[in-house]
Amino acid sequence: MAIVTTPDAILVKNYVSGDEASLSLLIERHQSKIYGFIYSKISDRDVSDDIFQDTFIKVIKTLKSNSYNEEGKFLPWVMRIAHNLVVDHYRRNKKMPMFRETEEFSIFSIMTDNSQTIENQLITEQVENDLKRLIEELPDDQKQVLVMRMYQDLSFKEIADLTGVSINTALGRMRYALMNLRKVIDKNNIILTN
Amino acid sequence: MGKLYTKKQLAAPKMLPKKETISFLLNYSKALRMIKVGNMTFETIAN
Repeated sequence: MAIVTTPDAILVKNYVSGDEASLSLLIERHQSKIYGFIYSKISDRDVSDDIFQDTFIKVIKTLKSNSYNEEGKFLPWVMRIAHNLVVDHYRRNKKMPMFRETEEFSIFSIMTDNSQTIENQLITEQVENDLKRLIEELPDDQKQVLVMRMYQDLSFKEIADLTGVSINTALGRMRYALMNLRKVIDKNNIILTN
Repeated sequence: MGKLYTKKQLAAPKMLPKKETISFLLNYSKALRMIKVGNMTFETIAN
């Protein structure tokens, strides 16, 4: 026995004339395609249900107000409405498609946090304090140049002017300061890392 | 005939909206009346 399916155009016409059962047939016929389309864009069952519902509310209103021009393209028309509502949904939420955390995919694998962890902050603090203590052990003239250069960010010209020595002397003191620091660090097996 | 070692592709379950959604739409459709007066369209929902 041949299964005779009423074309969409006839069902739409019947529905507009008041036959509610035609709408039921239309929804039943196309629900899978429309819902599948929405779900493929949204990936959330509840939101997809909402958009599916809004899509058909628009369809019903348009058909009931006789504003639909039947051109034998019922499904593409409904799909277009659904597509527009999906776009509206993203526009409203101003976000990209949502990713759900799964075993294979973790959102943290693509997100990075550049700020230091508490552990690293503590290490940095410790290293800085150790270095300050080491600098305190340097002879005064070397310490003065090193502090001015590294902590106060002065140029060797400025350091020379402020300490009343030549630039070469300031450079020499800096060189000895660094050499002495390295010596102390090596001698005491101090590890300054982060 | 050579054996197929690949797994049979499981058909994806049909994606369907909830029954409540469909029933809401059908009831909404039954309740909705659109009345055109001149250029204006009025919507009435019968409870």
